[in-house]
Amino acid sequence: MLRYVYADDLHRFPRLADQMFRHRAAQFHDRLGWEVSVDGAGHERDEYDDKNPLYVIWQTADGGHGGSMRFLPTTGDTMVNDHFRHLAGAEIRSPLIWECTRFCLAPGAEGRVAAALMVACGELMRGFSLEHMIGVFDARMVRIYGRIGAAPEVLGRQGCGRGMIAVGLWSYAAADRGRVFARAELDPIVSEAWFRQGFGRPIEAPAAMAG
Amino acid sequence: MGWTVDGFLRSLENATALERLQDLIAELRDALGVAHIVYHWVSADGQQYGCGTYGRDWCIRYVVENYLRIDPVILGCFNRFHPVDWNQLDWSSKAARAFRDDAIAHGVGNQGFSIPVRGPGGQFALFTLSDNADDAAWADFTHDHQRDLILIAHFFNQKALDLAQGRREEPSKPLSPREVDALTFLAMGYGRGQVAEMLRISEHTLRAYIESARFKLGAQNTIHAITKAITDGRIVVGGARRRAMGAWPGLQPSDVERPEPEHDAAARTAAE
Repeated sequence: MLRYVYADDLHRFPRLADQMFRHRAAQFHDRLGWEVSVDGAGHERDEYDDKNPLYVIWQTADGGHGGSMRFLPTTGDTMVNDHFRHLAGAEIRSPLIWECTRFCLAPGAEGRVAAALMVACGELMRGFSLEHMIGVFDARMVRIYGRIGAAPEVLGRQGCGRGMIAVGLWSYAAADRGRVFARAELDPIVSEAWFRQGFGRPIEAPAAMAG
Repeated sequence: MGWTVDGFLRSLENATALERLQDLIAELRDALGVAHIVYHWVSADGQQYGCGTYGRDWCIRYVVENYLRIDPVILGCFNRFHPVDWNQLDWSSKAARAFRDDAIAHGVGNQGFSIPVRGPGGQFALFTLSDNADDAAWADFTHDHQRDLILIAHFFNQKALDLAQGRREEPSKPLSPREVDALTFLAMGYGRGQVAEMLRISEHTLRAYIESARFKLGAQNTIHAITKAITDGRIVVGGARRRAMGAWPGLQPSDVERPEPEHDAAARTAAE
């Protein structure tokens, strides 16, 4: 299932949080060789994790972390504006644009997880009247996003090979909603329920219903 | 003439003193036909500013009872950044329920909608509407107005910050070369599709640049953003018009493509 969790609520999901930061270390540090820092607990964390971002986490059937991404509003401090402005072509600030970073898939994650995360991205845009998401991601993901039906428009790239970083924009209107849901093997009604759960009353300990 | 969001944002933009924001928030309340609207900002260094239409009795009571500690709206919105309907908050504790009863008794209303605003450097503010309505009517109202309210909340916050910092002039938020290019071509009369083509980006991306420039300029729509950019001297629209040959005097297509430091772009544009 999709969980929408602000950083200050991560403590309610200790296992999910621990695995998310570990899987980020595995993906961004070990696999892609990005210049990210990994702490003593094996967690990849940066300054933006301290700004109370919103995480979207795919929770697997056995309650583990299947994939995740991180959101911040562009009216505040963001990675794109602080570090990748030259790739974005502009300092992007708007209450109708959020930043999406650290798109992470657990090792051996099912094929549908990437699509499920893009479903969540679309739900956030729809739910909160956003026009765009601006993202920093592994440049090779562009092909995968495209196949899912949510191709970003790449604004700029930096680096080469597996270390190549891209900055891109998603717009809700441009995404093929039907295809994204199909790839995620999700029913929109279920997604709505998860969204309600995420932004409704405080979320209880991991529920029995799981993806 | 009827009230419009654009007109309201224009009044907001023209405000030159904090006291004016109090009038504007009351005007907005009346225009939207809700019971109350409140804006509240607390900075990291303890600076505070707020204004709104809550009655004096309620404000005093809020402080005396130290409701800040238990107010689910504060607890549920602090450090968040998505708009929150009060019905989504946790009112289950006895203290929260008593607080709500007291709020209703003081005319706050039984419904509320709060928009957290996050600014640079961890700045946080809250823009809140409250009213008396049933759940369905309130859900309809917030659904219909969410986008406008998000924009109003953020423009209001920008204005409050600018004025509170004692700056008469709005701090100039530099436009990036891409934003300058986009607004310049639009000002020259090119359509969005043509501009996107010239900048070799999609129309969606062009919209993001325009959206961002609009926010930096404090403009309520694209036309206003262009007008303001011209008035402020950020873009210059001179000789070359839409059908003129050579696109832009002194500019090669390669210039348009090349990212460059912002002051260079500004100097170049100003020199044209």
